[in-house]
Amino acid sequence: MNVSTILIILLIGAFATYFSGDKLASKVALLFSLVALGCSIVLLNNYSTGENISVINSWITQPKISFALNADGLGLAMVLLTAALTPIIIFSSFGNEYKNAKAFYGLILFMSFAMTGTFLASDGLLYYIFWELALIPIYFIALIWGNGDAEERRKAVVKFFIYTLAGSLFMLTAFIYLYQKAGSFLIEDLYKLDLSACEQLWIFLAFFLAYAIKIPIIPFHTWQANVYQKAPTVGTMLLSGIMLKMGLYSVIRWQLPIAPLAAKEYMDIFIVLGIAGVIYGSIVALRQKDLKKLLAYSSLAHVGLIAAGSYTLTLDGLRGAVMQMIAHGFVVVGLFFAAEVIFRRFETREIEAMGGIRTQSPKFTSMFLILVLASVALPSTFNFVGEFTVLYSLSQVNIWFAILGGTTIILGAYYMLRMFQHVMLGETNSKTFADVTLNEGISFAVIIAVLLFFGFYPKPITDLITPSLETILQVINKN
Amino acid sequence: MNTLIAITGLGIFCLLFEILNLRKAIIPITILGLIGVLALNFYEFGTEQSYYNNMVAVSKFSTAFSSLFIVLTIFLVALSHNFYQNHPTKISDYVAIKVFLLAGAVAMVSFGNLAMFFLGIEILSIALYVLAASDRLNIKSNEAGMKYFLMGSFASGIILFGICLIYGAMGSFDISEIHESALSAELPIWFPIGLILMIIGMLFKVAAVPFHFWAPDVYEGSPALTTALMSTLAKVVAIATLFKLISGMNVISSLENQDLLHTFEVIVVIISIASMSVGNIMALRQVNVKRMLAFSGISHAGFMLMTLLTVSASAGVLLYYTAAYALSGIAAFSVILYVCRDQDNEDITNFHGLGKTNPLLAAILTASLLSMAGIPIFSGFFAKLFLFNQTIQAGYIGLVIVAVINSIISVGYYFKLIIAMYSKEPNQERTGRPFLIYAAAVVSIALNIILGLFPSLVLDLLQ
Repeated sequence: MNVSTILIILLIGAFATYFSGDKLASKVALLFSLVALGCSIVLLNNYSTGENISVINSWITQPKISFALNADGLGLAMVLLTAALTPIIIFSSFGNEYKNAKAFYGLILFMSFAMTGTFLASDGLLYYIFWELALIPIYFIALIWGNGDAEERRKAVVKFFIYTLAGSLFMLTAFIYLYQKAGSFLIEDLYKLDLSACEQLWIFLAFFLAYAIKIPIIPFHTWQANVYQKAPTVGTMLLSGIMLKMGLYSVIRWQLPIAPLAAKEYMDIFIVLGIAGVIYGSIVALRQKDLKKLLAYSSLAHVGLIAAGSYTLTLDGLRGAVMQMIAHGFVVVGLFFAAEVIFRRFETREIEAMGGIRTQSPKFTSMFLILVLASVALPSTFNFVGEFTVLYSLSQVNIWFAILGGTTIILGAYYMLRMFQHVMLGETNSKTFADVTLNEGISFAVIIAVLLFFGFYPKPITDLITPSLETILQVINKN
Repeated sequence: MNTLIAITGLGIFCLLFEILNLRKAIIPITILGLIGVLALNFYEFGTEQSYYNNMVAVSKFSTAFSSLFIVLTIFLVALSHNFYQNHPTKISDYVAIKVFLLAGAVAMVSFGNLAMFFLGIEILSIALYVLAASDRLNIKSNEAGMKYFLMGSFASGIILFGICLIYGAMGSFDISEIHESALSAELPIWFPIGLILMIIGMLFKVAAVPFHFWAPDVYEGSPALTTALMSTLAKVVAIATLFKLISGMNVISSLENQDLLHTFEVIVVIISIASMSVGNIMALRQVNVKRMLAFSGISHAGFMLMTLLTVSASAGVLLYYTAAYALSGIAAFSVILYVCRDQDNEDITNFHGLGKTNPLLAAILTASLLSMAGIPIFSGFFAKLFLFNQTIQAGYIGLVIVAVINSIISVGYYFKLIIAMYSKEPNQERTGRPFLIYAAAVVSIALNIILGLFPSLVLDLLQ
C-alpha cells in the first residue's frame, strides 16, 4: 500500500457519490471520506515503521514529468489534516438540505482529492496540476450553493478565481523556468539547483504571488472576506480549514528551499507583511457585524502569523507554523460550524440579531466558548502550542516582531470575547434556540477533543514533522 | 496520397447519393468512409514518400495532421445531421462540400510543390465561401459569405503573388529544391519579399492580428456549423500549413544567412502578442457566443504562432496544441448547436440555466471552456505548458509572461458563459436529446481529456 491509495479512494468516492443519487450522496461521501481517513492512519503507521510509501512513475517523456508522490512527515501531517477534516465537514452539513446534493458532495470529495494530491506531490508539475484542480470544485461550490445576493456572489467568486489563477500561472512560469535549468520537475532536482541571487528573487516572487493570494497575505487578501461570507458554510470550511493551508504548506515545501537566498535576503519584508496581516485582520475583525466575516478576518490574522513564522527560517518557526496550521484548521472549522448552527436556528449572521443563547442552550455555549478560547490560544489548547512556538521564533529574529505579532493574542482575545458576549450572552433571545442535535454535538466533540488532546500532548505531531522540517532547513542552509 | 484519393472519392460518392436517392444513409456512410480513410492514413504513418514529381510529399508531419483533420471532419459531419434537418434535399451537397474541404486540407499539409499548396488552399477556401453563404435566405449568412469571399480571394491573390516572386528567385516551385537553394549565400531580395507576401496571406487565413478583421463578422453571420468548421478545422489547417511552409522552405536558416532572422523573430513575437491581446480583450465585451469564440480563436492563433519561433523542435507541440484546441472547440460548438438550434441568434442569454436543464451538456461546455482557458487536467493546459516550455527554452521569457497574462484575461470571458449556465435561471424549455450531437460532444471532450491524461500519445508522434 502506498500513498496513491488515498487519492484513488477519494477520486472513486467523488464519482461514486455523484452516481449514488441525491438521497444517498451525503452518506456515501461520508463513508468514503472515513475510509480515506482510515487509510491515511494505516499509512502513517506504515510510515513510522519505516516502510516506503512513496510512489514514482514516469508520466510524460518530453518534457520529463513524473507521477511522483512523496510522503514525509510534513506531507503526512497535512494529509491527515485533510483526511480528518473532510469527514467532519461532510458530517457537519447533515443538518442542511442541498439541491442537487450528489454534485455537491461529489465536488467536496473531489476537492479533498485534489488537496491531498497537492500535499503529496513531489513533482513540480504534478503539484501544480493538483493545486489548480482544487480550485475548480470550490468555485462551483461557492457559485452554485452559496448564499446572499446572486449578483454579488458571482462577482466575489469570479474575483477569487481570477486572483488565484493569476497567482498560480506565475508560479507555473517559475516552474517552467526551473525546469529549463534542472531538466526535471522533481523536487529533489529543484532543491539541488544552484541559482543566482537574481534568479532566486524572481522565482521567489513568482511563488510568493501564488501563495500570498491563496493564504492570503496582505495586500492580496481582498477576495477573502467576501468569498468566505458568500460561500456555503461547507465551502468556507474547506477554504479556511484546508485550502489556505495549501499555500502555507507550499511556502515551506517549495518556496523557501528552492529560493533560500532570496528568502534570507528579504526575510524582514515578508515577516512584516505577515505581521501586518495580523494587525490589520484583528482591527478589521473588531468592526465586523457579520459573524462569518468576523471569523474570516480573524482567520486572516492567524494565517498572517503562521506565514511570518515560516519566513523566519528557523526550526521553531517552521514547526510552530505547521502545528498552528493544523490547530487553526480544526478551530476555524469548528467556529464556522458554530456560526452555521446559529444560522440554522436564527436564520441570520448579523451579530446584533443574536444574543441570549446561553440561557437556552448551555451545552452549545460551553462548546462555543472552548472554540473561542482555543482560537485566542489559551494555554492547554493546541493553538497555544503553535502560536507560542511561532512567537518564540519571531523573537529570535527580532524582539519587535514578537511583540507586534503577540498582539494577535491580545486583540484576538478582545474581538473574539466581545463577539462571544454579543452572540451568546445577554438577555434571553426572543427567538427560540433549540439545543444542539446529536449530529452537531458529535462534530463539535471531535474537534474539541483533537484541540485539547494535542494541546496537552503535542509530541506525536512534533515527532512526525520535525525530521522533514530539519531536512528542509538543511536545504535552505546549504550555502 | 492514398488518403487524398480516398477522400476525393468519398466526396464524389456523397454527390452520387443524391442521384441514388440515399439521402438518409449519407451521414452514417460518410462517417464510416471517413473512419476507413483514417485507418488508411494510420497505415501510411511513418512512410516518407513523394508522388507525381514531388507534387505530394507524404511525411510524418502530413499524416499526423491529416489524421487530426479527418477526426475533426468526422465530428463535423456527425453534427450535420441535426443541423440540416430542415434542408433534407441539400444534405448531400453540404456533406460533400465538407469532404472536399477535407481533401483541400489534406493537400495543404502534404504538398511538395507550391502549386499543389495553392490548389489545396483554393479547394479549402472555395468550400468555405460556399458554406459561409449556405443559409441562402438569411441576409447575415449572405453577408458573411460575401465578406469572406472578397477578403479571402484578396489574400489568395497575395499568396499567389508571393509564390510568383519565390519562383522568380528560386526558379522552381518544388519545396525540396527551394529548401536547398534557400541556403545559398546570394539570394535575390525577391525571396524574402515573396516569403513575406505568402506569410501575410496565411496569417489572413489563420486570422491573426492585424489580418483578423473578417473573422468576427464572418463567424457571427455564418451558420453555426460553418462557424464550428472555420474555428476548428480551417484554423488548424491554416496554422499547420504556415508551419510547414516555414519549415519546408528552410526559411529559418535562409534568413539567418541573410541576417534577417532577428527581424523575422521580432515580427512573429509582435504578431503573436497582438493577436493574443486583441483577441482576448475584444472577446471580453462580446455577448454573442460565436463572436466571442471568434475572438478567442484569434487569441489562440497568437499562441499557436509562438511555435514559429522554434520551428525545428515544435512540430509535436503544434500538433498537440491544435488537437487540444480543435477538440475543445468541437465540444463547445456541439453544445452551442444544441442550445441555439431554434434561436435566431447565439447570445449568452440562450445559455441561461443550462446547468439545470441539461447538466451533461453544461458540464461538457464547461469542460471545453476550461480546456481553452488552460486549466489542468484538460489537454488545453498541457498544450499551453508545452508551448511555454518550448518558448522559454528558446529564451523568450517575456513573450511567455505576456501569454500568461493573456491566459488570465481569457478566464474572464470563458467564465462568463459558465456563470450564465450555472447561476442564472433557465429561460426556455430544452427538449429532445439528439443522439449525434450528444455523441459528438461526449466523444470530443473525452478525447480531449484522454489527451490531457496521456499527452505523450500525440506529443511524441513527430519526434
